Amino acid sequence: MSTSSVSKGCFVFKPSAKKRRKTSDIVDYFSHGCDGGEDSSLRYTLCKKLWETIKEETESLQDELNRQILEGLLHFIKRCCSGPRHTAGPWEARMRASEIPTAALVLGVNVPDHDMTFQSLCELLQQSVTPHVACLQAKECGALKSLMRKVLERLVGSAAEEEEDEEEGDTHPHPKGAHCTLATLCEWYETKSKKSSTPGKKRSSEEEPARPPIVIIFKDLEAFNPRVLQDFILICSRYVEQLPLILVFGIATSPSTIQQVLPHSVSSLLCIELFQSLSCTQHLSTVMDKLILTHHFPFKPNAKVLQVLVSIFLYHDFSVRNFIKGLKLALLEHYLNQPLSVLCCEKKEEVELNTTQLSHRGLESVRQLASFRRYVEQQQPQEQVALLTSDQHMKETCKKLLKDLYKYHKNYYPVLRCLHALTRSLPRVPLGKQIRELHITCLEGNVWEREEYRSAMQLLRMLAKEELLRELRGCQEILKLCRSTKMRVSLERLQELLDQFERLDEAKPETAANEDMTSPAKSMEKKTDLFQLQKTLLEMKETRRTKKLSGFEILRNEALDFIDALVRSHLVPPETQPLHEVCYYSSSALLRRHLNATPRTSIQTALSSPYHYLQNDALLTEDGGVSNAAPDLCIVHKLHLECGRLINLYDWLEAYATVVSAAEGKDPESEEYGKVDELKHARFIQAVSELQFLGFIKSTKQKTDHVARLTWGGC
Amino acid sequence: MTASLQHPGYDPERLLCVAEKMPCRVAQAGTLLSLMGEPAQYSYPSIFLYGHRSTGKSHVINTLLMDLELPHATVSCVECVSVGLMFERVLLALFGPDTSTLLPRSPSLSDFVRIYRQQAPLSPANQTRYIVIEKAELLRDMDSNLLPVLVRLQELVDDNVTVILLSEIVWDRFRPNTGCFEPLILYFPDYSKGDLQQILSQDIHPSYSPELYSAFINILLGVFYSVCRDLRELRHLAALNFSKFCEPLKEGKVKESDTHKLWRNIEPHLKKAMQTVYLRDVSSVQWEQQLQQTEEKECAALKGLSAHAHVELPYYSKFLLIAAYLASYNPARTDRRFFLKHHGKIKKTNFLKKHEKTSNHLLGPKPFPLDRLLAIFYSVVDSRVAPSASVFSQISSLVTLQLLTQLGHDDQLDAPKYKCAVALDFIRAISRTVNFDIVKYLYDFL
Repeated sequence: MSTSSVSKGCFVFKPSAKKRRKTSDIVDYFSHGCDGGEDSSLRYTLCKKLWETIKEETESLQDELNRQILEGLLHFIKRCCSGPRHTAGPWEARMRASEIPTAALVLGVNVPDHDMTFQSLCELLQQSVTPHVACLQAKECGALKSLMRKVLERLVGSAAEEEEDEEEGDTHPHPKGAHCTLATLCEWYETKSKKSSTPGKKRSSEEEPARPPIVIIFKDLEAFNPRVLQDFILICSRYVEQLPLILVFGIATSPSTIQQVLPHSVSSLLCIELFQSLSCTQHLSTVMDKLILTHHFPFKPNAKVLQVLVSIFLYHDFSVRNFIKGLKLALLEHYLNQPLSVLCCEKKEEVELNTTQLSHRGLESVRQLASFRRYVEQQQPQEQVALLTSDQHMKETCKKLLKDLYKYHKNYYPVLRCLHALTRSLPRVPLGKQIRELHITCLEGNVWEREEYRSAMQLLRMLAKEELLRELRGCQEILKLCRSTKMRVSLERLQELLDQFERLDEAKPETAANEDMTSPAKSMEKKTDLFQLQKTLLEMKETRRTKKLSGFEILRNEALDFIDALVRSHLVPPETQPLHEVCYYSSSALLRRHLNATPRTSIQTALSSPYHYLQNDALLTEDGGVSNAAPDLCIVHKLHLECGRLINLYDWLEAYATVVSAAEGKDPESEEYGKVDELKHARFIQAVSELQFLGFIKSTKQKTDHVARLTWGGC
Repeated sequence: MTASLQHPGYDPERLLCVAEKMPCRVAQAGTLLSLMGEPAQYSYPSIFLYGHRSTGKSHVINTLLMDLELPHATVSCVECVSVGLMFERVLLALFGPDTSTLLPRSPSLSDFVRIYRQQAPLSPANQTRYIVIEKAELLRDMDSNLLPVLVRLQELVDDNVTVILLSEIVWDRFRPNTGCFEPLILYFPDYSKGDLQQILSQDIHPSYSPELYSAFINILLGVFYSVCRDLRELRHLAALNFSKFCEPLKEGKVKESDTHKLWRNIEPHLKKAMQTVYLRDVSSVQWEQQLQQTEEKECAALKGLSAHAHVELPYYSKFLLIAAYLASYNPARTDRRFFLKHHGKIKKTNFLKKHEKTSNHLLGPKPFPLDRLLAIFYSVVDSRVAPSASVFSQISSLVTLQLLTQLGHDDQLDAPKYKCAVALDFIRAISRTVNFDIVKYLYDFL
């Protein structure tokens, strides 16, 4: 940037307004990274819209899931502030030690998800119970002093703001610099409640109690310094008569940590009630149910992507929030890198519109899709020609295929649910306990070809009548919910089967009586020799095998054949569907790289094969080793791998000098070869300190002129 | 009433009234009064009262000072996050609200003394001023010169002032290295069973006879006296359980005189209370609710806090925790034996040094470096795990969950050290969920 000034000095450049707007424009950013070109803005809007619906859905889901525990908590707090002192007689009230009501909120180890819960708790409390809520985090409360200050800041500060809103912010009850103690809080609270209890004020509404409680929330109890917490509770207990204090402990592990953190002398000051939240795996199942196992959202992760997301959840963090973030990343990547994602829209009309507007180039990319080529190959020759030459015809076919894909999804999920409902309670659950497992299996390949499916079917064919009927009724309920024609037909058929089962009940008694009582048992009674016995036994076996099936068994087989047919027709993997690439996101490796980063491996790769990142042909070697033209750091790293736990610096330097001389093309016979000059020395020192910075070595006092290795392995 | 409170400096009727307020502590109060002397007389500079929790230390001293209308200031050390706060409180109570504003920001001890000396002649008292400091054991953690100054404050401010320190621990534990002025020491013994009975029986329920209540207290003490002598707790427990005790009376099944039946009725409940509500495993509100419910249905016993010991963890976190447990409780030299395929036989007796032969579980967890944790982790986990950032972050989240503890060490970045902070039962429950037989890998159980 330049100025018109002649003199030297500091100049302030304010960024122009235009420029700022440009940087904040995400659309440009999106289209810049896009490789599709022309329809990038359309893809961006589609992506944004879809993400917003997903977000809304998840948020409402979150509220739904939290509601129960939050309501319980709210009820508890309301009850506390109305007080057991009022309900019990005066004698009990006098005799009871005054305990601080405390809610222990067990939220599970998925700490990143907790913020949302606490936020909604705070909002809920402020709306319906009390304006005085203070949320504390362990990292801001290292000492009792800072804890106190935070409590006062949160309580008095928030109220001060409120007063300013009411345009009477002249009296700040808490002057800055005064000691932060509960006594100060007490005074503040007294003036506050006096104020609000004076008649003619807006704030003293009926539903708000005259003395609203003060709720102090400890977000992460485990991380608090136990000493600080104990002291704080001791102080609180001295003021509990004057201040209606209520504590909330957010616990990540188990409630017994309270007993570990607080000694009896402190915990006896608390009246703890336990609230347990939904486990995070259940939470995930509901989220999956709403976001993935539905045809409402056109965007689908394929089996591998889903596997990556689920395994990150189960193996690493248990965090639903991170799961949804991963899904968002996949969504963004899909719209960014798949030019055909313009066709991936929520509404049918939009799909039609976007298909008609497809450019020639877009159609060409459709023609190049593997699934589409497979589809073309199955067509008649003249149809093939038409598809490959006429754009108009192509568009029509695309519309049809997309509609088919939509229908496929509409049938896929109900059938999946039915199959899961049938198999989830089988012994040893061959097809997985969770529906997501079954879903992934189905996405991976033809489920009916799997051994697990066969064994599940076999188990189903052995079910007793009541169980089978119960499961089938469950299926019926699932099918009732969906509206596609095929599912209607299936529902009718299922209804028919169920009716037959019921009629069987009435007809059965007579048939059962006369069928079974045949002779084999009688023939056993005769005295026989061994040979004859064997013969009769064989006969009996034979008769048993060919034994006529009872009415129930026939019907059961029929019902299961029906289910099997449903599975075979609707649970085909999406890869078989033409144009599935439009909806399915498949680059799981990319997702894994982004979400489950492996910094150590990256550094290792960079050091052992610098070509991987630098892409410089001079660095290529045949045997995969490090060429001697590689950066100094790589050479030093390679050499250090050959050493033991302690590395002699001088030997290392010598080796380094030899390698570098070879790279300079010096004659191995000459005297200069392998000699350490100042430049090499400096380069070596720099490389070694970089290696130390990366954490591969450290200085040691065990031996002079040696450094210690911090990694194992090597050559 | 064994002995009555007598002192020439005070009105006997008032003393009688005071004595009634402190049953079973008249002897201590008498000693205290005689130490304090007549109001106008100079008193001893500092008095140290000690005794267990709820033996009436604060009660006696506060009642005396309040009822005899002596000028005094009471501060609790737990509240005083800074010394300034304590000074402010003292000045406020002794000389009125204006004086505390004279103190500068973060006042030093000499500021306090200076202002005290300024103020004392302005409002001359012809009575001894008292400064009562509760939970005085916390003074030791404050400035090192604070305690020595407080015990001889009288000399320093040149005023008739006495500092009374209250503590639960003995004076020997207070004495600083440099030595200091010795206060007069007065011990408050625990209440005996008879004392407790006498004190508790005073809280008569208005709708029942004193005899009945006293019988109830007798039963209560019979159960709880062996575990708890804390008056406050006992009173709390009495309040919680008295309604249950009276239940048969209300229903008219039993007469008041039939103590045996009443005892039979209440005893199991009290025993249960000892295991639950006394330990605050079940909160007192829940306990009361349960008492009301049991009439309708005996089942649905309340689960206490300790019943929910189960912790859900991500898969790799479980293995990390298992690895940490193994690293903490196995000697490092035995790792070869457990995690190498061809380790050869190692006899337990010859192999180990003498001190390693004692059970490691008796000695507690030992620290281990991160490298060892990861090495064990990779050999116990059944699949190949990429050393991703989230594996490392799980270690630190285990630390924040207090399942592992990080040890203070000079080399935090390169070679941090940890200890495993979970018990054997916990780790067994965890390893059962991942089908890992941890006992096989523990050297102690070989």
